[in-house]
Amino acid sequence: MSRIAGRFAELKAAGRKALVPFLTAGDPLPASTVPLLHAMVEAGSDILEIGVPFSDPMADGPAIQRSSERALKNGVGLADVLKMVSQFRQQDAKTPVVLMGYANPIEAMGVGKFVAAAKSAGVDGVIVVDYPPEECGPFADLCGRAHIDCIFLLAPTSTDARIREVARAGTGYLYYVSLKGVTGVKSADVAEIAAQLPRLRAASDLPIGVGFGIKDAESARAIARVADAVIIGTRIVQEIESAGPAEAPARVKALLAPIRAALDQPPAKAA
Amino acid sequence: MQMYDLPDPRGHFGPYGGVFVAETLSHALEELREAYERSRRDPAFMAEFHHELKHYVGRPSPVYHAKRWSQLLGGAQIYLKREDLNHTGAHKINNTIGQALLARRMGKKRVIAETGAGMHGVASATVAARFGMQCVVYMGSEDVKRQAQNVYRMKLLGAVVVPVESGSKTLKDALNEAMRDWVTNVEDTYYIIGTVAGPHPYPMMVRDFQSVIGEECRVQMPEMIGRQPDAVIACVGGGSNAMGIFYPYIKDEQVRLIGVEAAGEGLASGRHAASLSAGTPGVLHGNRTYLLQDANGQITETHSVSAGLDYPGVGPEHAWLKDTRRAEYVSITDEEALRGFSDLCRLEGIIPALESAHAVAYAAKLAPSLPKDQALLVNLSGRGDKDMQTVADRMGIQL
Repeated sequence: MSRIAGRFAELKAAGRKALVPFLTAGDPLPASTVPLLHAMVEAGSDILEIGVPFSDPMADGPAIQRSSERALKNGVGLADVLKMVSQFRQQDAKTPVVLMGYANPIEAMGVGKFVAAAKSAGVDGVIVVDYPPEECGPFADLCGRAHIDCIFLLAPTSTDARIREVARAGTGYLYYVSLKGVTGVKSADVAEIAAQLPRLRAASDLPIGVGFGIKDAESARAIARVADAVIIGTRIVQEIESAGPAEAPARVKALLAPIRAALDQPPAKAA
Repeated sequence: MQMYDLPDPRGHFGPYGGVFVAETLSHALEELREAYERSRRDPAFMAEFHHELKHYVGRPSPVYHAKRWSQLLGGAQIYLKREDLNHTGAHKINNTIGQALLARRMGKKRVIAETGAGMHGVASATVAARFGMQCVVYMGSEDVKRQAQNVYRMKLLGAVVVPVESGSKTLKDALNEAMRDWVTNVEDTYYIIGTVAGPHPYPMMVRDFQSVIGEECRVQMPEMIGRQPDAVIACVGGGSNAMGIFYPYIKDEQVRLIGVEAAGEGLASGRHAASLSAGTPGVLHGNRTYLLQDANGQITETHSVSAGLDYPGVGPEHAWLKDTRRAEYVSITDEEALRGFSDLCRLEGIIPALESAHAVAYAAKLAPSLPKDQALLVNLSGRGDKDMQTVADRMGIQL
């Protein structure tokens, strides 16, 4: 069983939901990333999504764009991100790590070389935003052989046929983008998400993570009622941006702790 | 090349092209593919398109024999396809008319566009005004400064111009921002991409709308000289004017197709925009193509005196035509382009756009080496009125 599947199985057995934070590697400084990842785990995170900086992050809103620009100014590329994962793995062999980014840095490294390097660094899954299933067959095969999960996005605009296609190709979990638009701009609408998820459940047994627009304990808890994992990106990246390198780990922990607590609170009894 | 029926149904030109987009755009692109497939097969749609091209754009544009200039160069005869005479001053309007008609059929009331030099922005604002649609144009804040006149033109036409502050603040970032707008407002918004790049079906659709240029030449050249030209020359940024004039000639293997990229301050300087001549394949803006990128796969900043060629990618069909050697790709420096610009002004009384001046300059380089009975057809894709400030600055003249 992959680390990701194992983690979801444990959570399910315990009746808990996954907390999945995101950060951009190399932001604000290259040396910040590994301590931040450990801080996230200490705050109760279950799976870590690490953004690979890219010069043209088309699907991201202003906060994550800026984090990518800061990381690029620090000279952080895909090879550096893989080194950070290796370094993180020296102290944490359990927490699943997912890389999230765009296709071009992977193609520049070479798909085969990337998969091998990711495997040996201890990467468990990849989300390549601009690699839909129909364009990444060989890549997905290589990942599959290396037991790296290929996690695909689904959106409110995805048709049932499309959901089935993506569900067939995906492993690890399905990433449901809860909003039309880019990351971090609007707030999630829980009722709408709850109405959409049965379409995904009908097509796949994979756990469902919901991201885009989750900002605090309250929205996280509401989403957790219908999803298996709550993915928080922009809010964390903003916290890192305003905290600066020295304060960032403590501030991120302080941000995540109440969210973890809210996720673990027993459901309110129906009146 | 007996058969040429690219792209395949998923938008691939060999290994290039495709649909490399986030899931949030998949459905919108599927809708667009279907709408375009229906429309291109609908005689009423094509009749409307050609009616607009004739009465609103002023097509067909003439082919002009640049006799004095050819004589002076002392070799092949140079013919200019006068896209500069179109309404709004460039070939861009051919495509925006087509896409605006499509947007109207799809019931979209709001159009968005990206622009570099501003010509596609102006052409989009123009058709939005013509068809009563709301129009938002994304433009890198650096380009907003460089092309103040075009910004004002767009505003006069009723468009909202949004300066883009992210990344290098130029065309590629404007394209990113337009994509972000589209993802957010996908229900009521149509995205008019201005070149043969982006995800499928854009490269094919823009090529099809622009191929009116080459189709006309296929009729006009035999009328003028009794045969087709020996070579067709066009500048290549994203590559829409070049695809427009090349496409109808792809099957005529005896006709050389020559794309001219912007070498800026020289390919060796690293300050250029020659993706095909100096780039490597990668994925950007929804398709696989040649890109200017660093070893980490980050897109690098480009340079050209002409803002319209200042783009780190290129249409995927050009990538395929390069690899299959059906087309040749060369490059012209800023300095050479400015010389071509001046020559055409003084010898033929035609002020070309700086983009088109790259094609002009290459023709001037090639013509002397060829016999006098050879014919070079140059796509004069736009006029240079917009470039007065840039040229004056380069010459140290204050306007």
